[in-house]
Amino acid sequence: MIYRMAAALLSLLGLLVSAYLYLYKIGWIGTLACGAGGCETVQTSPWSRFAGVDVALIGAVGYAGLLLAGLVSLQPGLAGRRWTSDLLLALAAGGVLFTMYLTFLELFVIRAICRWCVGSAAIIVAILVAALLDRRRLPAAQAH
Amino acid sequence: MAATPTGMRRFYAVLAGVAVIGVAVLGYLLARPSRVSIPANVTVQASDTAGFRGYIKGPESAPIEITEFADYQCPFCQTFATLQMPTIEERLIRTGRLRWRYRDFPLQQHEFARLAAHSAACGHEQEKYWEQHDRIYEGQAEWSAARDAGPLFRSYAEGNGLDLARYDKCMESGKYAGRIQASVEEGVRLGVSSTPTLLVGDRLYQGRFDSDAISRLVDSLAPRTAVQ
Repeated sequence: MIYRMAAALLSLLGLLVSAYLYLYKIGWIGTLACGAGGCETVQTSPWSRFAGVDVALIGAVGYAGLLLAGLVSLQPGLAGRRWTSDLLLALAAGGVLFTMYLTFLELFVIRAICRWCVGSAAIIVAILVAALLDRRRLPAAQAH
Repeated sequence: MAATPTGMRRFYAVLAGVAVIGVAVLGYLLARPSRVSIPANVTVQASDTAGFRGYIKGPESAPIEITEFADYQCPFCQTFATLQMPTIEERLIRTGRLRWRYRDFPLQQHEFARLAAHSAACGHEQEKYWEQHDRIYEGQAEWSAARDAGPLFRSYAEGNGLDLARYDKCMESGKYAGRIQASVEEGVRLGVSSTPTLLVGDRLYQGRFDSDAISRLVDSLAPRTAVQ
């Protein structure tokens, strides 16, 4: 259960980071606390939207989904179920793939690094690791 | 493998604590008032307009001058700036046939128009007026819907390579409020009531324009052969 707890807690952190970036993106809060980083360059670049939707909003929805999946997996009676673990793993893997794409854009296209995006990348990778460890602990016999 | 009830209670307490702190921080950031606003009720001083006729693009030797009264938050002005101006610039301004004079005419109903004009003026201070002008128009859909457009204008300034410390100081001072108001008053004196409005000679043209219409207008005023 500790891995699912970790995944849920990390998802909440990711949700807060994404919400912060999204609120900035829609102009509801002032400048980003980013030091000398390129957060504003990244957040106002054309690549801050994916398929017409703000990337930060996609992140917030994704983390909200992970948080929900994490909380569901912690419910009594679901602790040993593999499908909850599979769901967490699938969402986290999708998040990592999307993050890899965004990191590639930051490094090689926008050529600016947003510290909050790096933080989010670390969070989603940590969630994936937690989900993998959770899945590994489940005996194969409980797969069905 | 299930966590003990005590363990779960601790986990939910930590989760709730993080959520409360996170939401409180976001709430604090949301509640912070906008730092910059550009007043409309300023008295225009002589120093606001001394030696300044507007933002000019094109050579002094151009035989024709068109003055545009525009509002950064006006959708037609945005379409004109982003779709038509590049062609006008290529065909008429760079070829020396036309000089373009941009004048601010922020409309009262547009919340951020005056702030946008001031942001561009601060760009002018660092010789990046047209870069800031273009970027503000390009981002109109983004900042128009924002609760505070200031940070977005600042990010455009950063993207345009402005010295942000100077930019911030310029914006906070509101030093170009009088210049913007002088531009508005000039437009009102001339009979401008909507945007975009073009002034050619002593005639006003209101409504939507395209680059072909501007080309025809320039052709009618100065035959191409006479210039080239």
